[in-house]
Amino acid sequence: MNFLKIFSQIEEQDPEIYGRLDTRRDAMRSFAGLGKKIALTSLPFALGSMLNKAYGQTPNSSVLDVLNYALTLEYLEYEFYATALNSSGLIPAGAATGAITTIRNHELAHVNFLKTAISAAGGTPVAKPTFDLSGGNGSGNGPFKAAFTSYELFLAVAQTLEDTGVRAYKGQAGNLIGTGDVLEAALNIHSVEARHASHIRQMRKANNFGDVKPWITGKEPGLGSANALVQASYDGEENTVQAGVNIVNINGQSISANAASESFDEPLTKAQVLAIVDPFIV
Amino acid sequence: MKVPEKNGLENVDVLAFQKALQRREFLRYTGYAGTALAAGSLLGLASCKDGDSDGGVSFGSGDVAILNYAYALEQLEAAFYTQLIATPFSGMTTGEKSLLTDVRDHEVAHREFFKAALGTNAIRDLEVDFSSINFTSRDSVLGTAKAFEDLGVSAYNGAGRYITTPDYLLLAGKIVSVEARHAAYIRDLISNGTFADSTVIDGNGLDKSRKPREVLTIAAPYIKTRLDANTLPA
Repeated sequence: MNFLKIFSQIEEQDPEIYGRLDTRRDAMRSFAGLGKKIALTSLPFALGSMLNKAYGQTPNSSVLDVLNYALTLEYLEYEFYATALNSSGLIPAGAATGAITTIRNHELAHVNFLKTAISAAGGTPVAKPTFDLSGGNGSGNGPFKAAFTSYELFLAVAQTLEDTGVRAYKGQAGNLIGTGDVLEAALNIHSVEARHASHIRQMRKANNFGDVKPWITGKEPGLGSANALVQASYDGEENTVQAGVNIVNINGQSISANAASESFDEPLTKAQVLAIVDPFIV
Repeated sequence: MKVPEKNGLENVDVLAFQKALQRREFLRYTGYAGTALAAGSLLGLASCKDGDSDGGVSFGSGDVAILNYAYALEQLEAAFYTQLIATPFSGMTTGEKSLLTDVRDHEVAHREFFKAALGTNAIRDLEVDFSSINFTSRDSVLGTAKAFEDLGVSAYNGAGRYITTPDYLLLAGKIVSVEARHAAYIRDLISNGTFADSTVIDGNGLDKSRKPREVLTIAAPYIKTRLDANTLPA
């Protein structure tokens, strides 16, 4: 994403934007003056404030709600990985630490991106909740309390968080139709979470922690005795009918029910996700 | 099937070219003359807007055009993985063959889904050109797979904003995360830990997006059938 691209895309969505600003020439001059320095760090701010200027009001509250909901999930993911990386002896040095560091850095970048975009659009970013990463609703004694001493449990929770995150973003896409850059940014985060999920699943397989693939098969969490704890994050993934079309053996092709379920990731509603993460939020 | 020579001047869409020239002035003005321009201006795409008798396959309009665009990409991916499994590269392990067969099945499922969902609006079967790929070579095959998967992710990410029907947007979302899972897997096969490296993820932690015409330009060397991208968003 670059600034120019955003500008031209906003124009597509709203041909009147130059009227809302000053003139096309003025608008471009101000953008040209900003130059490439704006590229990454200022992008969410520029995006939000430009929308404000163009429309003279904050975006509708449902869009800000979606962004704050996403921010809450990103806070949780970041806190989880940051805590793990600070737990000495948990994650093996080398490739594993490298991968988890990469993922933590992305989650932090998402937190910062969303906070800045929400503020710049005239909204108020939610504060970081107090988390109980044991999943104990504040008791510190939940079912995942060993996640920072057991590498196996850590990766199990990581897989669940990532797969849930993918489903959460997917469930909000429809609420962002017509928002142009906001929708696109959400999609750009969504696919990063899916890349994370794929890698965590490969790590679990490589360590013989679970017979999982990079993709979700049926509604199987692949966590063995811990399956029941996370089943809500996987229920519905077994779907093999899309838009009324049965994917199993579609059009005479040999497509198994497993492959059909793997081919499409399924969304979760906000209510479903909040119920899943509730034990982690004090 | 008629396959005109690519990139002959007579095949360049004059209107798109003029637009590109205007865009170039804009880019110069703002100091952003970049590679996107080159990608957008010389697609080797047809100038005929209706039908495919002469000017290439038309994607249709509105959401149908976006879905046909996705269908075209899924045709390309499915054909690639079908060939990959039919003629495995040397040294493919049992585990790799199993997961790459999954990927083939996913892409075939995607392709057939779009074909069924689009019905009579679907574009025809595309003819692919994999002559540049050495299917016996692990490096050649996985390198191509990586390019296709990353391209697919960026294509869906870039197309979402043009979809106006919530159900279609959700379906695109259901597919793109599976493509991202593939992309991460293929990348890790090539070099473990590159599932989401800085070549695809920017400093804001965002994956790439690409515009439809840029995607088709990148895919063009692998597609023999002429495509008319005029009805797709520039």
